[in-house]
Amino acid sequence: MTGDPSMADGIYTPTGRRIWRRRSRPETLRRFGLWLIGVMIVVWAITGLNVHWPFVLDAPQQVADLAGRMMPPAWSFTGEIVAPMIETINIATLGTILACVLSIPVALLAAQNTTLNRTTLWIARVIVVTSRSINELVWAIIFAAIFGPGPLAGVIAIGIRSIGFTAKLIAEGIEEIDRGQVEAIAATGASRAKVIAYGILPQIMPTIVGVVTFRWDINIRQSSVIGLVGAGGIGITLNSAMNLFNWPQVTIILIAIFIVVMASEWVSNLLRKQFT
Amino acid sequence: MSATDGSQAASASTRGRSWRKPPMIANPVLRYGLLVLLAAYLVYAVDDVNFDLARFIAGIPKAIDMAQQMVPPDFSRWQLLLDGVLESLQMAIFATAIGVVISIPIAVCAARNMVPKPVYLAARGYLGVVRTLPEVLIAIFLVKAFGFGAFAGMLTLTIASTGFVGKLLAEDIEDLDPGQVEAIRATGGNWLKVLLFGVAPQTLPRYIGLCIYRLDINLRESTILGIVGAGGIGATLYNSFGRYEYDFSFAILLSIIAIVLVAEWASGAIRARIT
Amino acid sequence: MLQVDKLTKTYPTGQKALDACSLKVEKSQVVAVIGPSGAGKSSFIRCINRLVEPTEGQIWLDGSEVTALAPDQMAKMRRHMGMIFQEYNLVERLTVMENVLSGRLGFVSFWQAFLRKFPQADIDRAFDLLERVGLAGYENNRADALSGGQRQRVGIARALIQEPKILLVDEPTSSLDPKTARTIMGLIAELARERGLPALINIHDVGLALMFAERVVGLSEGRIVFDGAPDEVDEQILTRIFGEADWRQTIRHAAEDAEALERRRAAAPDGGDGAEPAWQSGAAR
Repeated sequence: MTGDPSMADGIYTPTGRRIWRRRSRPETLRRFGLWLIGVMIVVWAITGLNVHWPFVLDAPQQVADLAGRMMPPAWSFTGEIVAPMIETINIATLGTILACVLSIPVALLAAQNTTLNRTTLWIARVIVVTSRSINELVWAIIFAAIFGPGPLAGVIAIGIRSIGFTAKLIAEGIEEIDRGQVEAIAATGASRAKVIAYGILPQIMPTIVGVVTFRWDINIRQSSVIGLVGAGGIGITLNSAMNLFNWPQVTIILIAIFIVVMASEWVSNLLRKQFT
Repeated sequence: MSATDGSQAASASTRGRSWRKPPMIANPVLRYGLLVLLAAYLVYAVDDVNFDLARFIAGIPKAIDMAQQMVPPDFSRWQLLLDGVLESLQMAIFATAIGVVISIPIAVCAARNMVPKPVYLAARGYLGVVRTLPEVLIAIFLVKAFGFGAFAGMLTLTIASTGFVGKLLAEDIEDLDPGQVEAIRATGGNWLKVLLFGVAPQTLPRYIGLCIYRLDINLRESTILGIVGAGGIGATLYNSFGRYEYDFSFAILLSIIAIVLVAEWASGAIRARIT
Repeated sequence: MLQVDKLTKTYPTGQKALDACSLKVEKSQVVAVIGPSGAGKSSFIRCINRLVEPTEGQIWLDGSEVTALAPDQMAKMRRHMGMIFQEYNLVERLTVMENVLSGRLGFVSFWQAFLRKFPQADIDRAFDLLERVGLAGYENNRADALSGGQRQRVGIARALIQEPKILLVDEPTSSLDPKTARTIMGLIAELARERGLPALINIHDVGLALMFAERVVGLSEGRIVFDGAPDEVDEQILTRIFGEADWRQTIRHAAEDAEALERRRAAAPDGGDGAEPAWQSGAAR
């Protein structure tokens, strides 16, 4: 019976009837084990959180209460948030320009095929990782401590925070370029700098434009909160409104942030469609 | 081709013929107008953010000073550091576990091909609001409503997770192969059966990928929500900066970078294996 | 002119692409290097301008030793070697004119290159060459908007604007349809003769090689196994280069084509550069 090829695989009951099971037994066990570990981690996470349950049960009422105090929005406050909102957009834009300027050399050093040597590759990667791993709020705290509170710290924080993202994506673009075009420019006797300007830059231009406009959109969102730690923009206005418990003003600020972020996303999509 | 006409120039007439790269914007008024506008904007924006060279230069020695104080990092209060890190991890894991489950009904409601129009619009509206507002702002509100601590942070990450997974999963459901769904519908399955046997198998691998990706994002975010009082290592970090204990700040930053790197690596490795 | 002595190339993988190849090319000679794929043709030609670094051996161009040059001197040396590629290798997102002018990159400063402010003499030369290769009026088209044959014409102009001492041509026709392949090959051979340039042309199409070259070099497994005139190439030699196959048809067709080409040249009033040269049909489509 074992030699019968038609019954070589499949699962059979002792009476020889073939049954269907979705997975083999070891596979089932393995899956069960993984699930068990997952559930245990989640249980550990829940018990470790020390939730103060009376607060939680009270929450719906708290939220309703807060919502009640936030309404109606203080429409009269609209005029006073225009300037900080524009400052927010300026911080994002200047920060993005700063990031764009700084990230092109970093990207060239972070790409396997254009870096100078192992050391430069390594340095570029450390810059990328540091910039990406540290949140914009933390960068804002650091630069507010260095340059004093205000939008200047914000611009630098947004710029430094963005380098990692833009440089990483541009470096990936550089690694994917057509090497033939670079080879051809090198074959004309062009120097390294000219090979980059003629053979590489035109190829990665669409990537740069796409990445930078995308990052600008992200930066608008980020620069609307860095004011919470003193780095300029609408965040400062929001912070003081909250400290004064002026909830109707908070509502109008939130609406403004919402509109500006939505608009920037729309503009960024439009630009990317236009240029890439 | 348009390029051939009017340019049958003989070699004699090409002598001295100049050439310039055709500009991106053909209309010179528009081109220079845009350039002037751009320059004017830059001047204005730099002025608006109070860029002050003196202040910038004054910052450089401060930066060097801060860097000197940061090195070597101070890990002596590792107990405090570990408590904060663990709380961040717990927030992130719990929030991901709940968030990705709640995302499923939200995603179904936000898929045009699954639900009636009013439900679709309501779900899309929710996703739009949640995804547009920065997470820190959501955290501030939840801190006001639930008090300081990890619970507010956990809820923030849960809500943000539903926005992320919900939107991408909904797009997946909208893109799925209608043939397979038709087949289940043809066997006489009701709406729920269509969902379970037609939609779920097709979207499952991507869904798991999204969950792991979101866990990665939540781990990152959980390290900073403490700055606005929503629990985790962020509060410890913020306080250390406030007390000018930069060596401790540096230790915390290094820990955060380590968490982010490990999370990114693990998330990438797992996603590469399952897809 | 060009002298290659015992050129050997071993790749880091241990694969020996070239094994002690020696070759001497005199002025104004179109040399076709034939051989199966993997024979080392591409390595051979790239070793000459050191896009591929030779492992052993020497290369001399016009009395200077190419293999002994430091990297910055090598860049200067490459200005005297025009190269044409199989995949054209134009910078796709730049205009035809910028691609042609890129042949002058070795002669202008970085900022001149970056701002596209090339000397008027270069621009004159570029317009002349574009007209010569049949692309007059295409200067502002983007390279990625051209057909394969047109792109290769730009590639030829880019190599020639360098005013090189030698042309290195790597499989110029492999990405083209048979008819275009023939016109492009004809154009390259004609321009090389016209300018008195030696040209080293890698080509796996034996028919085209026999038709247009004055000298044929056979490469097999990294060694030069034949070096002689096209009419010396017979079945035995092709078998030695490529391996066993029926070669009679190939040789007969090539001979007929070469004869036809010769007749047309003779019939033209000014000895070949006549009313409608072969390469011009299908130029500006």
